[in-house]
Amino acid sequence: MAGKPKLYYFDGRGKMESIRWLLAAAGVEFEEEFLETREQYEKLLQSGSLLFQQVPLVEIDGMKMVQTRAILNYIAAKYNLYGKDLKERALIDMYVGGTEDLMGFILMFPFLSAEDKEKQRAFIVQKATSRYFPVYEKVLKDHGQDFLVGNSFSWADVHLLEAILMVEEKKSDVLSSFPQLQAFKRRISSVPTIKKFLEPGSQRKPVPDDKYVETVRKVLRMYYDIKAN
Amino acid sequence: MSGKPRLHYVNARGRMEPIRWLLAAAGVEFEEAFLETKDDLKKLQTNGDLLFQQVPMVEIDGMKMVQTRAILNYIAGKYNLYGKDLKERALIDMYVEGLADLNELISSNFFQPADKKEEHLASVMDKAANRYFPVYEKVLKGHGQDFLVGNKLSRADVQLLETILLVEESKPDILAKFPLLQSFKAKTSNIPNIKKFLQPGSQRKQPIQEKDIPRLMQIFH
Repeated sequence: MAGKPKLYYFDGRGKMESIRWLLAAAGVEFEEEFLETREQYEKLLQSGSLLFQQVPLVEIDGMKMVQTRAILNYIAAKYNLYGKDLKERALIDMYVGGTEDLMGFILMFPFLSAEDKEKQRAFIVQKATSRYFPVYEKVLKDHGQDFLVGNSFSWADVHLLEAILMVEEKKSDVLSSFPQLQAFKRRISSVPTIKKFLEPGSQRKPVPDDKYVETVRKVLRMYYDIKAN
Repeated sequence: MSGKPRLHYVNARGRMEPIRWLLAAAGVEFEEAFLETKDDLKKLQTNGDLLFQQVPMVEIDGMKMVQTRAILNYIAGKYNLYGKDLKERALIDMYVEGLADLNELISSNFFQPADKKEEHLASVMDKAANRYFPVYEKVLKGHGQDFLVGNKLSRADVQLLETILLVEESKPDILAKFPLLQSFKAKTSNIPNIKKFLQPGSQRKQPIQEKDIPRLMQIFH
């Protein structure tokens, strides 16, 4: 028993990726068990480990935690990435809510038809540049500090970097009108734990491909069509 | 300027309802400013009052808070409805997120094409009966206490009651196989702040009526 958190999910980003980012940012080593077959998933279901019969599942500190948001809240608080008081937490929660909504548009992207992918790509870029990125650009400009909240590295910074990189995968010059975010991206990418996570060979997962989509559909028996926004 | 929280939303349940429930359960009086037209929403947007141009928005303690979860987390934290430590919070968060998923499934019925609504609702009721409610029945059975976490009222209890009542609106006998949820419902409904909120004339909102749909759609689309 290593004592390290253990993550149960597909070998891909999905809803687990933000959790990997946060653990990595906190400098916490973790193990992973990848779901590859329906049988593995059914075994997990029968074991009673999945409170609502769903993954992500993270075994941490003697708990079998499910629900992405619950897991992220726990890790953030445990490793002091959740602000110093209720008001800082409120800001972090608001900012993370925004980046979560933005990344939510990207979550379903691999499951879309080729035609819907083009529509969704445009939708993601439009929302990123008109609704979300301007908010974080302004926050950074207004206080002039290195981090989003409380002049201190927090979950909000990790989540925003993750979102920026994901949107850049859809349009590489998406930050061209956002100088504060460009500097933010460079700064946060240089935080040692994050720098390490961004290097090849880390547990960060690549852009989802057809094999990932096929595995998810097969394991979850999720064969219905997913629509674009 | 009253100092009371001020809720900005349409005069309907939507994403604001869990916030109304939690404030009421905490015994916090609040005001509401209802969006009646698209212009009302535009005004808030152009004033810069909505961080991501969306409602719900709650003015509270000098902040203009948006993002439902952020608002609920803040209220729960401020009014001691979020457990006593990280581990209790972890349990509360797991329970609350499960209920949020169920609530989301129920609201999504509204957006189903007319010919698929009935089938969709049946599958959602099936999930309520087989995936969600058994979890809370088992939690209550496991510790034999009145509340879900830490032997004390928390946001998880408030949200569970809200969800039970919501599901019962579609399937009145949903708790038939859940004796502990039945007594949970009775006991929690009797807590003074909650009892008051459940009475006619409170700020609790009713299900959307057909006649209101066009007006509400027009505000957001």
